[in-house]
Amino acid sequence: MARIKAPVVITANDLLTGEVVYLDPAHRWSPELSAAKVFNALDEAEGELAVAFSEAVVVGAYLAEVSNDAAVTPRHYRESFRHKGPSNYFHGKQAVQDTEVAA
Amino acid sequence: MYNYQEFDRAFVRERVEQYRDQVQRRLDGALTEDEFKPLRLMNGVYLQLHAYMLRIAIPYGTLSSRQMRQLAYIADKWDKGYGHFTTRQNIQFNWPRLVDTPDILDALADVDMHAIQTSGNTIRNVTTDQFAGAALDEVADPRPYAELIRQWSTDHPEFQFLPRKFKIAITGAVEDRAVIRAHDIGLQLVEHEGRIAFKVFVGGGLGRTPIIGQELVDRLPAEDLLPYLEAVLSVYNLAGRRDNKYKARIKITVSAMGIDAFRARVDEAFQRLRAAFNGQDLAVLGDIQKNFAPPHYVEKSQESYFDALDGDIGFREWVERNVSPHKLPSYASVTISLKGHGDTPGDATSDQMRAIADLAESFAHDELRISHEQNIVLPHVAQADLPIIYRTLKSIGLATANIGLISDIIACPGMDYCALATARSIPIAQDIALRYARREAEIGHMQIKISGCINACGHHHVGHVGILGLDKAGVENYQITLGGSAGNDAAIGEKMGRGFNVDELMPALDRLIDAYLALRLHEGETFAETVKRLGIVPFQEALYVVDQAA
Ligand code: HEM
Ligand code: SF4
Repeated sequence: MARIKAPVVITANDLLTGEVVYLDPAHRWSPELSAAKVFNALDEAEGELAVAFSEAVVVGAYLAEVSNDAAVTPRHYRESFRHKGPSNYFHGKQAVQDTEVAA
Repeated sequence: MYNYQEFDRAFVRERVEQYRDQVQRRLDGALTEDEFKPLRLMNGVYLQLHAYMLRIAIPYGTLSSRQMRQLAYIADKWDKGYGHFTTRQNIQFNWPRLVDTPDILDALADVDMHAIQTSGNTIRNVTTDQFAGAALDEVADPRPYAELIRQWSTDHPEFQFLPRKFKIAITGAVEDRAVIRAHDIGLQLVEHEGRIAFKVFVGGGLGRTPIIGQELVDRLPAEDLLPYLEAVLSVYNLAGRRDNKYKARIKITVSAMGIDAFRARVDEAFQRLRAAFNGQDLAVLGDIQKNFAPPHYVEKSQESYFDALDGDIGFREWVERNVSPHKLPSYASVTISLKGHGDTPGDATSDQMRAIADLAESFAHDELRISHEQNIVLPHVAQADLPIIYRTLKSIGLATANIGLISDIIACPGMDYCALATARSIPIAQDIALRYARREAEIGHMQIKISGCINACGHHHVGHVGILGLDKAGVENYQITLGGSAGNDAAIGEKMGRGFNVDELMPALDRLIDAYLALRLHEGETFAETVKRLGIVPFQEALYVVDQAA
């Protein structure tokens, strides 16, 4: 990918489950992209990333580009798949969100 | 089948305990991810896009029904009720939690299985012909040699940190069903003056620099196998590049050095190493061979089989497509397609695994194989039992009669799971299978292979039609290659031109297939043969006719 552009979120995988998580404004890791802190300045995001990267509860933190119009949405399809789940089965986040709605 | 010795058992249990401790230390924070990652990879645990993934070795693709049932149990207890059989004849679980992985490895050890050397720069699971020990066209069963290699390479102190991963494939048959020339070392058993010898190929591999392996030695006496392999590995271990991982595979070493110079260095090392082996390996081989004695075949009346062939068109088609000749005339090998139209290539649910295990136990001398085409094989079946096997498979949705047809696709996990992917491969395979389901018998033998990135885990280079998923400025884009082959005439396909976006890909394949149907001399001329006869140009024109019109 070319050099990354703001706005961005910080994303990683949960150490225990591997699930995709996002850093929220209170510096907790949330499974919801909608809860993610959106950084409009890249250097601020990079500063936080350095902290996030060394956190013990997640693996492989990095910056992901988003658009932040009506809702926060990933700009690249890879991040959309991570946010949704695989296309061959109704597994991953899409299924989790569904049970939450159903509950 | 190879039976574990106490030594193997103790070794595997010890590794599980070490790993359990490592996971605990990671969870406590005593190990950082940088420290832990190589340790988990050594035990087959990867991190993919949505979850961890556990890759389990199925040595030379052979499983017992008990082992298959245990895989089903693992799928239900710790995963989402299914598993993915891969083109490396392994199985992957896509959703385990890190904390559960030690328990899964223990459950595997209960049935003499493990995930060691499924990762890392080691000698990986040796792959072979799925019909090994059963095939009509076989010189000798390659699996005792595969097992000998497994024992020699497992935890081999010198070869745990090779310049890069190392894959060996072996076949004992005339027809290469193991793509041996796409492996770092390919071995073919041949008969020479009444004795077994090996034709050895070296430096094959796919990935970003696809190369077909070259012949290193024409007839290596079978008893020299391990010292010779040790010689090849030791030359590679010294001469292989460690500075650049893209140039680290043996194929690059061989290309850079030239095959003759490489051979000379191997010969020199071989002379030196040979003495050290002093026949121990042959004693081991003798013991191993006892474990691969053929099953106790039973002669049964074939009447019901011939009746079913006459009476049931569905059965006849399935026999034509999915049943292969066995060295015993009253026997056959059955390929159970994991390529139902619209299904994910290589996936099996836990119920399917159990049903297949039952079939193997009742009708197939308790043996199962995984093919590199991601199907499951019952290698030894009496023809008399084919009708009941067919009916059972049909009742569980596993009787798709499509082996070798356009829907029998190899596809890597792609961007639905894999963290390295540049595009998805599974949905493309699903679309193709559904699109051509009705026409596939007419289209005939055709191998489509799909990878979700340049690493080529889906073997796209050696597909008759190869499809490579790429990221073109933030859009999934698929590049087509033609002219590849995975058989005895192994060849790397040629790139056709610009790639296609998802919505352009199926129409492009339509044009390609229509062109073939129009150009073939007769129904028996396969797609690959037509491409060979005419060259790629007419197919290229068919693919890009829209560009010319524009
Ligand atoms: C987490 C998932 C996977 C990762 C990270 C991965 C990684 C890689 C990489 C980096 C290469 C290129 C190696 C090189 O050229 O030096 C490769 C090649 C390959 N992988 Fe995978 N792979 C994955 C899944 C699979 C699966 C599911 C299969 C079997 C279906 C597979 C089979 C192969 C094969 C056949 C090759 C090409 C042959 C060769 O090594 O030259 N891989 N893989
Ligand atoms: S080819 Fe690429 S996308 Fe497919 S499994 Fe291999 S590394 Fe992943």
